[in-house]
Amino acid sequence: MRKGLSIITVVAIGIGAALFVILGRFGSIPSGLPDTNIETTYAVLSLFSVLYGPIAGLLIGLIGHTLKDAIFYGSPWFSWVIASGVVGLVVGFAARSIRIHDGEFGAKQIVRFNLIQILANAVAWFVIAPVLDILIYAEPSDKVFTQGLVAGASNIVTVAVLGTLLLLAYAKTRTKQGSLTKEA
Amino acid sequence: MKKPIIEFENFGFQYRAQAAPTLQDINLTLYEGETVLIVGPSGSGKSTLAHCINGLVPFFYPGTMTGSLRIQGKEQRSLSIFQLSELVGTVLQDPDGQFVGLTVAEDIAFKLENKNVPQAEMIGKVAAAAEAVDILAQLRSSPHELSGGQKQRTTLGGVLVDDVGILLFDEPLANLDPRTGKSAIELIERIGSRPDKTVIVIEHRLEDVLHGRVDRIVVMHEGRIRADLTPGELLSSDLLAETGIREPLYITALKYAGCRITPDGRPEHIDSVRLDDGVIGKLKSWYESQDREEIPEEREAVLELEQVDFGYDADRLILRDVSLRIGQGEMVSIVGKNGAGKSTLSKLICGFHHPGRGRILFRGRDMRGDTIKERSRHIGYVMQNPNQMISKGTVFEETAFGLQVRGVSGEELKERVFAALRICGLYEFRNWPISALSFGQKKRVTIASILVMKPDVLILDEPTAGQDYRHYNEMMEFLLELNRGGITVIMITHDMHLMMEYAHRTIVLADGRKIADDRPAAILTDPAVVATANLKETSVYELARRAGVGEPKEFVRRFIAYDRRIRAR
Amino acid sequence: MKAKMLTYTRLESPIHRLTGAVKLIFFALWSVTAMITYDTRSLLAMFLFGLVMFKISKVKFRDYSFVLYLILFFMLLNQLAVYLFSPAEGVKIYGTSHEWFHIAGRYNVTWEQLFYQFNILLKYFTVIPMALLFLLTTDPSEFAASLNRVGVSYRIAYAVSIAMRYIPDIQRDFHNISFAAQARGIDMSKKEKLGARIKNVSAVLMPLILTSLQRIETVSAAMELRAFGHGRTRTWYNARPFGKADFAALAIIVAILAGSMLLTFHDGSRFYNIFERTE
Repeated sequence: MRKGLSIITVVAIGIGAALFVILGRFGSIPSGLPDTNIETTYAVLSLFSVLYGPIAGLLIGLIGHTLKDAIFYGSPWFSWVIASGVVGLVVGFAARSIRIHDGEFGAKQIVRFNLIQILANAVAWFVIAPVLDILIYAEPSDKVFTQGLVAGASNIVTVAVLGTLLLLAYAKTRTKQGSLTKEA
Repeated sequence: MKKPIIEFENFGFQYRAQAAPTLQDINLTLYEGETVLIVGPSGSGKSTLAHCINGLVPFFYPGTMTGSLRIQGKEQRSLSIFQLSELVGTVLQDPDGQFVGLTVAEDIAFKLENKNVPQAEMIGKVAAAAEAVDILAQLRSSPHELSGGQKQRTTLGGVLVDDVGILLFDEPLANLDPRTGKSAIELIERIGSRPDKTVIVIEHRLEDVLHGRVDRIVVMHEGRIRADLTPGELLSSDLLAETGIREPLYITALKYAGCRITPDGRPEHIDSVRLDDGVIGKLKSWYESQDREEIPEEREAVLELEQVDFGYDADRLILRDVSLRIGQGEMVSIVGKNGAGKSTLSKLICGFHHPGRGRILFRGRDMRGDTIKERSRHIGYVMQNPNQMISKGTVFEETAFGLQVRGVSGEELKERVFAALRICGLYEFRNWPISALSFGQKKRVTIASILVMKPDVLILDEPTAGQDYRHYNEMMEFLLELNRGGITVIMITHDMHLMMEYAHRTIVLADGRKIADDRPAAILTDPAVVATANLKETSVYELARRAGVGEPKEFVRRFIAYDRRIRAR
Repeated sequence: MKAKMLTYTRLESPIHRLTGAVKLIFFALWSVTAMITYDTRSLLAMFLFGLVMFKISKVKFRDYSFVLYLILFFMLLNQLAVYLFSPAEGVKIYGTSHEWFHIAGRYNVTWEQLFYQFNILLKYFTVIPMALLFLLTTDPSEFAASLNRVGVSYRIAYAVSIAMRYIPDIQRDFHNISFAAQARGIDMSKKEKLGARIKNVSAVLMPLILTSLQRIETVSAAMELRAFGHGRTRTWYNARPFGKADFAALAIIVAILAGSMLLTFHDGSRFYNIFERTE
């Protein structure tokens, strides 16, 4: 990094944020539980954070969530925007210890990734989002903590299942091909 | 006298991740004001050569260079990618990837913005560049309002705005329909005619590029320069067949008639090729030796559309009163310019949308009540870009996925997957990771993943896009084999060769209506249809017209029939 | 199928003529003000001011009506949730309890609760018109330049521009990929069991991600070739200089911020209390 972000990171932030917008709008699928959706966009955010690091993760979360709220719902809900940014940031710290570009994603990396993503989602949804809701909007604490709990738990599960699946699949595309032989 | 602009000397390059060099023994000098075409099959190293000139190698794609490459007298490795961008302007293959601005004006201004050019100065320069590429009226348009050709012109404007001497076009025709491609070449020719511009075009669609002026052609093969000669010399040689590049169709026609192609016959252009009495005599006797038209057999209908209307809004229909009939075992192409309703048509057939009016019948039965999943038992859909279909790690997993979703497992699954892989020539690769496959092989995987469900009808969106002549041939022969095996094939395509060489019938859509439905020879010789569908008249038609041999339409028909017989051997 | 989005439309109005940078600052300070204050008078005044701005801007109702309905629906849900979770929140805040009627158990309706929820409503109604107005009257092309002008690094500003540029492309990719997947019988709706559904979703996400990564590479190469990141600064084709109206707008927003803070905090509480203490 000579001066600030590299071009690849700038573009990754832009494209990542665009993906966040589209999946945030079209990529939530019913989980079967009432009022809880599987937000696939957080699985993809986690993948991008692991690929491009904490700064990219933070900015994809912030920009993506702001644009999604703005374009489709008319007004950004800042407490949750910030929470999304925090998820990207914290998961991004896993980037250094998981060398996903080399196709390395075994049991050890899976555990490491999941510990970090649980931490990230817990901080974002159990603490930051509800506390900001109270500070900014003076919403009742029972309400916002319950909402945060549901959202956080569902995101943790989503990222644990779908995020891990995506990282595994991505790692496979990066494995060294070595010696491949045709089989009769 | 001539001033050298780009000089390769014993040059070689090896990508960091690769075991062998991609370029070897490159000795090549390009002079100021020249227009040079670089041809070669995919994997021949022609794109890498371009990347060496514009600096993406080694700045973006790292690796090791050997020998020397001088650009305007300066050693490439002593320059930064920014300094190189001041000498070389590149128009990339994918117009959507290069068009980064939110509007035409911003995209043209992009480089000036990065160089901190003051706004007032920028506005005038952008207008001038936009005028040069004829996009001035769309300055405020966003990329989604533009056609592929307009996007490409914008990116060219973005290169011209910053007065560079060397213009590099990386497969400029890859994403364009025939007519837009023709105007792109005319534009390149116009810009290349300025004496201070050196133009390099990388392309494998030789005939289309030769529509404009080309001074020299460099033939790349397996990482080396195979030849460096004039268009006339190249067309008179056997190099095209050897390196797997398609020769212009009028040349093929002349060869079928037994004519010898020589440089002094000026074969580089259909308008310049010499048609003396000898040549005309040969064309005439060939023409007369060919059979008259055979009547195609009547086939049982497998898929029918009856007066179908469709639109997202009731007042803006995308398809209007479309009726068509696809016979069992037919191989049909659907053509029309972008937005004519081709992809909507396949979405209707697959059940993604439902017609506002009219019916869609499968073997005489109305499919109205059938879900997407139910229809997918009979009708398979293959996208243009295989990367948009593949989600699994290995060839086997990907091919098996659709069956697994349907609850097939165990021995039956294995057998059916193996059978599909054998048909597609992928059985030996069944345990390979998909990332190790070539583009064409990936495409076959996506076809295998559909075939495994034993559909009666296969709809393919641009089955040969982005493939060179050899891979085009392989893909089309493969589809032909499937078709002979009983599968009805519907191809949505811009590719005129594909139509001529393989389609039994061509359906033309324009503005949501069916405007023609006939054999390819008839379609490609009807000027009105050719114009509305953004096609181009085939050069064989022009040849027949110029030589005055027979009825040009009939000449084209006989050429196609003869050509198919030759290819079938 | 085609989801409606809020988009900028070119119109002639004093609001449209303001530079994007000023509108951005205005909107940011406005949001901060509305976030901090819970003073009913201040919120009411801002709400009315917002309506006047809307009138001046000449934006058409049909350009945002669909979002408005959505917002009203969410707001209704939110109001219900607030009440269900905390029917005595108003009593807690204002320190008094004037019951209107009783429903059951801990659920009664107090004037304090009604007033508290009215204030929440008002808070949204001060922010939303301005947010809508900002989106509907700011040319996206000017947005990155505006961010850069207010101090955001040009790289990050350009990342925002790239996001806006490629949202439609990625939306098209997403729909095409899920079309092809569904045409293979891969179902993501409730008809499938949860486990299968997640597997099937990854069949859409994986190609979408891989093509997006491919796109990142192409776009980066193209930007590299056109000297992005060369200088410490960059100019913007669509930047606009500040005019008189822009300075006036800045003055207005600073006055609103100051006035609102004064009104809100002169009595030491964020909330405006209309209830008399009955001790």
